[in-house]
Amino acid sequence: MSTQPTPAPLLEVRNLKKYFPIRKGFLRKTVGYVRAVDDINFFINEGETLGLVGESGCGKTTASRCILRAHTPTSGQMLFRTDKGDVVDLAQLSRPQLKPLRAQMQMIFQDPYGSLNPRMTLFDIVGEPLYVTGMRNRKEREDRVAELLGLVGLRPEFMQRFPHAFSGGQRQRIGIARALALNPRLVVADEPVSALDVSVQAQTLNLLLNLQKRLHLTYLFVSHNLSVVKHICDRVTVMYVGKIVETATAQELFARPRHPYTAALLAALPVADPRIKTGNVELAGEVASPARPPSGCYFHPRCSFCVDQCRTEAPAYREITPGHYAACHRADEINLAGISSG
Amino acid sequence: MDNASRPLLQVKDLRVHFFMDEGVVKAVDGISFDIHPGQVFGIVGESGCGKSVTMKALLRIVEPPGRIVSGEMLLHRTRKDGTAETVDLAQLHPRGQEMREVRGGEIALIPQEPMAAFSPVHTIGNQIIETIRLHRDVNERAARKIALQQLRNVGVPSPEQRLDEFSWQLSGGLRQRAMIAMALSCNPLILIADEPTTAVDVTTQAQVLRLLRRLQEERNSAIIFITHDLGVIAQMADYVTVMYLGLVMEQGPVDQIFHAPKHPYTRALLESIPSIHTEPRIDLPTISGSIPHPFNRPAGCSFHPRCTEFMAGVCDQQTPALIPVGEKQLVSCFLYHP
Repeated sequence: MSTQPTPAPLLEVRNLKKYFPIRKGFLRKTVGYVRAVDDINFFINEGETLGLVGESGCGKTTASRCILRAHTPTSGQMLFRTDKGDVVDLAQLSRPQLKPLRAQMQMIFQDPYGSLNPRMTLFDIVGEPLYVTGMRNRKEREDRVAELLGLVGLRPEFMQRFPHAFSGGQRQRIGIARALALNPRLVVADEPVSALDVSVQAQTLNLLLNLQKRLHLTYLFVSHNLSVVKHICDRVTVMYVGKIVETATAQELFARPRHPYTAALLAALPVADPRIKTGNVELAGEVASPARPPSGCYFHPRCSFCVDQCRTEAPAYREITPGHYAACHRADEINLAGISSG
Repeated sequence: MDNASRPLLQVKDLRVHFFMDEGVVKAVDGISFDIHPGQVFGIVGESGCGKSVTMKALLRIVEPPGRIVSGEMLLHRTRKDGTAETVDLAQLHPRGQEMREVRGGEIALIPQEPMAAFSPVHTIGNQIIETIRLHRDVNERAARKIALQQLRNVGVPSPEQRLDEFSWQLSGGLRQRAMIAMALSCNPLILIADEPTTAVDVTTQAQVLRLLRRLQEERNSAIIFITHDLGVIAQMADYVTVMYLGLVMEQGPVDQIFHAPKHPYTRALLESIPSIHTEPRIDLPTISGSIPHPFNRPAGCSFHPRCTEFMAGVCDQQTPALIPVGEKQLVSCFLYHP
């Protein structure tokens, strides 16, 4: 493996859809669908961090779970380049076919309290993936667990302790060690720092960045915290009601957003400086329901740039400038304010 | 009455301890502050710093085994006949008539989780009207009118219809607005907002914060704004208290706290948050270690094991007092002790 940029992406998601049926009545008849993920396209290059942002209910967690095949998608392709170099469609694989690939895709969870079994020791928690994939020798596992704990900054002597003895930040490190146990190539981190205290968030973010450098990891970083996303991600994808509205490099997206929703998110962000007043942009109404989305562009009822075309016609997700994609009819004409990095 | 100089509420050396089987947790251990009319008073701190317990003490809803051990909470209010009086909330019986009048009447609360705070089996209207009728001498019909007016005031669309809906029929943003309407329905002197936007989305958060700002400016009441989010505090507060493990580390006007922080904890906290404006993908400065468990709070200054300015023999021996540095700014750190 070289460090030069690889043209073929590690993961390419094409037209991914995940609909959940709404059932009603005695016969549980399907009366409609929640379009949690509705035809999204994106790719992640090897070694980069892609941020997936959006408000609750926008489908970011569903999308990330589809990639790990915790959900089976309704339709679409998820092309994953395996360590042997061949490309497989994760959406089509059966459970036995998936099993050898699962080691290459791991997850870091949001809640470090809910994601660790209180009855298992650290050795059991971090060692379980090793055991499941065939490392039956206890001594061998102990060595590997010790190595992993060292990697995430925990003392290997802690191996026989239970999670309750650790603080939130330390627990999140345990979760990270577990995710790294099988040398994954793609790590899906679903809000990994949002449950942590401010003073330990920074430690965890530094750890994630260092691990990425050392182990050449690829992250899909799901978050609603734009400051954290700006800090850690190379590229950012913004979702709104099951659709991707914009994708660009982090620098570009924050400096020059092309979709009014992205601009509204940036404006709503409270900046930790009393001299910069934020949150003055009027964004009326609330997030639309993915079960009953509005016509045309899903964002049009809240958009101040809305024209007649937006009410009737869904905008295409297209490349506006090289590497910068947006789904807005007026992306070329409107000039949106970003946040200049100073 | 001279509003500018006279505080609405004075908290003096408040201590709230929890007497557990395992030992005593000093959740709040000697904090003092004044709340002035028209002020947004921010309390910021991480988990376990005592910010929520302070709020509970003010409303006298600290659950056993917790107890207010000492301290005064002086509420300066005007009686119905126009005379001014001062009551010490710490001396009132928590379930007595007088405290029940203050709670929801003079001091109202916007809780963190509106879903948990509203009863799911009563309509929104029912609950707001109940509050109004408990505190104001009005009949059902007049109370309903006030409730409608309050909902309209906080920007709930079609309030006539919403009034007869249940909390679970409303979206997160609307629910939080209804909660604010309920809190404001009895014209409180002081509004306590305990992490009011933690459970809502970024764009809704901006709406709720703006609403609170507008209401506060219209009514010239005081808001005690409790949060762990430094961004929100910077945007909302006029005056900020930084708490750590039950103690005040630093107090001052918002601009000074963010642009001239004195306490090493405040400084480290501000440096460690990733911002839109910092260089991406670099190592952030961190605070070493993690927040100690409340049972083994460090001796001396409780921040000393994590502090970069730690002075052996001083910080681990004595507890620093909160002393003034410059105008209106207070800090409890030996670096500033003469």
